[in-house]
Amino acid sequence: MHIVIIGNGVAGVTAARYIRKQSDYDITIISAETEYFFSRTALMYVFMGHMRFKDIKPYEDGFWAKNRINLMMAFVNKIDTDKQIVSLSSNRIIQYDKLILATGSVYNKFGWPGENLEGVQGLYSYQDLQLLEQNVKNTRQALIVGGGLIGIEMAEMLASRGVQVSFLVREQSYWNNVLPPEESKMVGRHIKAHHFDLRLGAELKEILSDDQGHVRAAISTAGEEFPCQLLGLTAGVKPNITLAESSGTIECERGILVNEFLETNIKDVYAIGDCIQHRIAPEGRKVFEQVWYTGKIMGKTLASTICGKPSPYHPGIWFNSAKFLDLEYQVYGFVPNILENPFQSLYWEHEDGMKSIRIVYDVSKENQVIGFNLMGIRYRHEICVRWIRENKKLDEVVQHLALANFDPEFFSRYEKEIQALA
Amino acid sequence: MQQYDVSMSLGAKQGQMKSWERIGLVMLSFGVLGMLAAFLGAGDNQLMPFLAGLVMLATGGILYTRNRGKFLIFSLLLFTGGLLSLSFLWFKLHINASVWLIWISGFTALGALIYTYQRFGKGISGIENNHIFHTEISRPGGTITWFLSITFTGFYVLLYWFPGYLHGLIYVTEPFFQWFIGKDTIYYTQDGSISGYNQWYLYGFIYTLAVLIMGIRFIFKYRHNRYQIVRTVSVMFFQLFIAFLLPGVLEKLNATGSQVETFYFSYFWPLDYDALFPSNLAHIATLGMFGKFLIYWMLIGAFVAVPVLTYFFGKRWYCSWVCGCGGLAETAGDPFRHLSSKSLKSWQIERITIYSVLVLIFLITVLLLSNWRWDFLNSDIALSLKKGYGFGISSIFAGVIGTGFYPILGNRVWCRFGCPQAAILGILQKYFSRFRITTNGAQCISCGNCSTYCEMGIDVKYYAQRGQNIVRASCVGCGVCSAVCPRGVLKLENSSVKNRTTLSLDHASLDLFD
Ligand SMILES: Cc1cc2nc3c(=O)[nH]c(=O)nc-3n(C[C@H](O)[C@H](O)[C@H](O)COP(=O)(O)OP(=O)(O)OC[C@H]3O[C@@H](n4cnc5c(N)ncnc54)[C@H](O)[C@@H]3O)c2cc1C
Ligand code: SF4
Ligand code: SF4
Repeated sequence: MHIVIIGNGVAGVTAARYIRKQSDYDITIISAETEYFFSRTALMYVFMGHMRFKDIKPYEDGFWAKNRINLMMAFVNKIDTDKQIVSLSSNRIIQYDKLILATGSVYNKFGWPGENLEGVQGLYSYQDLQLLEQNVKNTRQALIVGGGLIGIEMAEMLASRGVQVSFLVREQSYWNNVLPPEESKMVGRHIKAHHFDLRLGAELKEILSDDQGHVRAAISTAGEEFPCQLLGLTAGVKPNITLAESSGTIECERGILVNEFLETNIKDVYAIGDCIQHRIAPEGRKVFEQVWYTGKIMGKTLASTICGKPSPYHPGIWFNSAKFLDLEYQVYGFVPNILENPFQSLYWEHEDGMKSIRIVYDVSKENQVIGFNLMGIRYRHEICVRWIRENKKLDEVVQHLALANFDPEFFSRYEKEIQALA
Repeated sequence: MQQYDVSMSLGAKQGQMKSWERIGLVMLSFGVLGMLAAFLGAGDNQLMPFLAGLVMLATGGILYTRNRGKFLIFSLLLFTGGLLSLSFLWFKLHINASVWLIWISGFTALGALIYTYQRFGKGISGIENNHIFHTEISRPGGTITWFLSITFTGFYVLLYWFPGYLHGLIYVTEPFFQWFIGKDTIYYTQDGSISGYNQWYLYGFIYTLAVLIMGIRFIFKYRHNRYQIVRTVSVMFFQLFIAFLLPGVLEKLNATGSQVETFYFSYFWPLDYDALFPSNLAHIATLGMFGKFLIYWMLIGAFVAVPVLTYFFGKRWYCSWVCGCGGLAETAGDPFRHLSSKSLKSWQIERITIYSVLVLIFLITVLLLSNWRWDFLNSDIALSLKKGYGFGISSIFAGVIGTGFYPILGNRVWCRFGCPQAAILGILQKYFSRFRITTNGAQCISCGNCSTYCEMGIDVKYYAQRGQNIVRASCVGCGVCSAVCPRGVLKLENSSVKNRTTLSLDHASLDLFD
């Protein structure tokens, strides 16, 4: 049995590792980006000099041979699902028994005039990082367009090289399509405290070129001109379905459509990670969840299915984390950005405006706790998930809140203040 | 805005340094130059320092005129250094050694404090690791990294075997120790020529100064993290009061007897390798009540405190809170922590070397003690065992390599590859302790920060990305992995010994990674 995996990101690699644990199948991972798996989430740290590229590889190079996982660095042009082959750009052809598509995503471009000028780029791949190294050389001012998580990372990266960064964010408050208003404002304050020129409620209209076809400025819909030698496009990502569509048979919509077993419409072809779209959203979850952790869980789930233990994708209770400059963020469970009936929350914010705890509960279910949102404070994954799963009520959770704290020793603790609020 | 700070590479983009940072650096340089000048300029030999001063002056001058852009600061420093050492030579007879000492330590300390405060202590606090792998002073194999390594190593070689070359520095610190401990550090024969040195007071002075200055820098750098602050204050306290002032005071009172140079209360056998040697025990036995106290202290420290405290708190109670070697590593060594190798190979080597040293000192101690009782060894052999360990392990390994190689192998070279105390604490920590680093469920994004900044070369993310807790013999509990983790994944904890190493998520669909 030959398993071919396209994409050596976290989804593909996790699938390969778990297939190896459970079977003796031949495994080949094909990817065009880099020879070895690296942590995409850590690209920023390489640019800022916290680490070298080799430090963000999760496994030592010898790991793959030792685990008999074949790595192939090549671009896949086309899939033929009838003949069960994939063809590489080198014209080589690889036969598969089962095919796993883990092709990740690509960053969005919305057809802005000038979006293909030199000096205009997003940040997703290793190649993007190299390009950024080139582009930053002659950059004094940069404009970042799009206020997601990658936008703020890119802003921080550029600032570390002494670049003056302006930041266009379409929303009226930073990331308020995800964060509740207070947390969103906190991030906004923090961004400004770092001296970024944050423009809320501002959109890009057009990118202007100099004589050499290089970006020289950008204009917002409000007509303001931002001189810049580098323009970062960080208005989200979308599933990379180019290869899947090349087959002519694999069904795609915005992503590669999969059922709960992560199977596509074609037998023996599966898809996992950023590139997929669930036909039916898993319980309590969304159709698109393009994060590191979901890729990992999908990889592990699919490995079981392929090794003869059909397993539906049950990602469990949602969690995520991020860091906005110096501000850490964690979320467990369901935390809507706008709290509407029957959801309410207990919100505590430290007087320094840099730490907060929000516990979301459902009034219609006797104040059952359904989510935790933390800024500048660390909480225990295991405890939060257990409380949510066991339908604990607000009172009980607040009373035992100290159990959930995961901050380092000697840090100030705020349980008393929260208990006083409840 | 955070600025592109390549300041420490002393060259490019000077323009982006804040002016107070520059002032701090210049003052620091004056201190260091004063040290250099004392090193060269004080002493009986006049020719060497004269030539050295001349060369510095000339090189500085030429560099300045030829290549001002790139080496501006460097050339100015050289020039000033040359000037200084020449003038010191000139004024030598008129300048009091104490004035010199105050000059050196004052400028160094003040300059360093101003610089590090400006660099780390102001503005929004957070992790400050920008450009560590870019700049020459911290990049693996960087030019300044090499230069520092050679300097440190050279200093240790002179210190251990050729103290005569440190005459200038010993001379400068002598009045201080004459006042503080009441002893000379340069010995003369009857006809007035020099018969020997006690360089260890100078060493203690520099060591303590380094721990204090760099400790404050560390506190600035991690001022948002109270674990780091408390721990650093602790090592600074132990170095200053227990390892520097207390032994000095005792010596002045002559409480430990004239033979024993210094008694350190914060080192135990086997790190204090000759603590249980017959010669030492015999001497302590002559000290009456105080001697008895010392014996109890040593035994309780080595055989009660070590296992009990390690059970409750892990090895960290000693290695990153008390120990002087650890104290230097955590403070002066902090800029080099990322240079430790994380490879599997280095872990294999580490296990062989560290346990070999432990076995060695154990055997030597047992042999010498039984020889004390039964007297079966030729006295030359006994002496050479003692000397051999002192030379090979204590001087070369712990001193020259242990500290000199900070900029090459990371700041815990000795602690990781050699220290027999760490070996014992490590075994206890692994098998009889409540300490572990808890991994926070499945939050790890495999970014690698934890591993990179682990001074002990532990591949922390190997465990974290599998959702496993970290229970490793070598972990000194510095807590930096937890501090630099951008996702809040790691927490140092003392908790029940049950389930210490298991996965932290029990739920079937979330217990992901094994
Ligand atoms: C800068 C940045 C920061 C992020 N930070 C976080 C974070 O903090 N937390 C979080 O949860 N998520 C984060 N994410 C998102 C996360 O990295 C992704 O969700 C995850 O990496 C997706 O993994 P994947 O395996 O699905 O795809 P990818 O990692 O994208 O891997 C897909 C691979 O397939 C290759 N490929 C595609 N097509 C072909 C072809 N035709 N032939 C050959 N190879 C092909 C691609 O080159 C790529 O190497 C971040 C993303 C970015 C870009
Ligand atoms: S594992 Fe963490 S706490 Fe232990 S030595 Fe390494 S960095 Fe320090
Ligand atoms: S620093 Fe944190 S997120 Fe990064 S690899 Fe280590 S544990 Fe994982």
